[in-house]
Amino acid sequence: MSQGQYVAAAYGVVFVVVLAYVAIIAAKLVRLERQTAELLELAYRRSTEPSAPTGEGASTT
Amino acid sequence: MGVAIFLALLVAPEDSDQGISQRIFYIHVPIALTAYFCFGLGAWKALRLLVRGEERHDLESYVAIHQGTIFGVLTLVTGSIWAKASWGHWWLWSEDQLVLFLVLFLFYCAYFMLRFSLEEGPRRARSSAVYALFGVVLIPVSFLAIRLAEGLIHPTVFTRDGPQMSASMFATFCVAWAAVTLLAYVLYRVELVGKRLDADLHELREILR
Repeated sequence: MSQGQYVAAAYGVVFVVVLAYVAIIAAKLVRLERQTAELLELAYRRSTEPSAPTGEGASTT
Repeated sequence: MGVAIFLALLVAPEDSDQGISQRIFYIHVPIALTAYFCFGLGAWKALRLLVRGEERHDLESYVAIHQGTIFGVLTLVTGSIWAKASWGHWWLWSEDQLVLFLVLFLFYCAYFMLRFSLEEGPRRARSSAVYALFGVVLIPVSFLAIRLAEGLIHPTVFTRDGPQMSASMFATFCVAWAAVTLLAYVLYRVELVGKRLDADLHELREILR
């Protein structure tokens, strides 16, 4: 390998690792967004069920 | 980060001794310093947890050490590539600086093994904090090893007489260091927000169940 290729490899490794890290965080944020939507739906259903007191009788997803 | 890479690869003058491979310096050293800083931050947050007992410092310490480990991997990989380009070896066990950084890195890798082997709660937070504080002792040892040891081939750029490089090289290094620090800070904040949100959602799910 030439000296230039070593330099490219060093910068490339940093770029790939940071990109992978950002992708993992982005995937996690997507999961959190989905869970938030599920909980919001659950909370909304609870609020529209007048006969079911909190913590009793209501089904979960 | 783009400006830093542009300066490092295209603007900074070529080193007369090492040639083009010296350009790895502009990414390797800032990443190494950031790794030290993240480990130090993790230990500082751990100390605050132990002194003040505030639970939020546990997560902050964990995220800082996680960041430090990622930057530690990058330090080892970029350093190894630079070593191969300059010295002709991927790794030299005779170099105290390299071995001490590896010890520091492995010490903090073991932090995760300790943390995830314990049940979540105050005991885990305290045990992790104590471990993180022990590790901070290795940071100055690793940092100063290059100056304390003799007969090294690892270069010493920053001496008591100041940086041993031209003004444009030093300016490029400062920009690169600022860029890597900013990147680490942004990643730290994003990961911390994600982890806190995850914990809040978990709690909310338990309440709604």
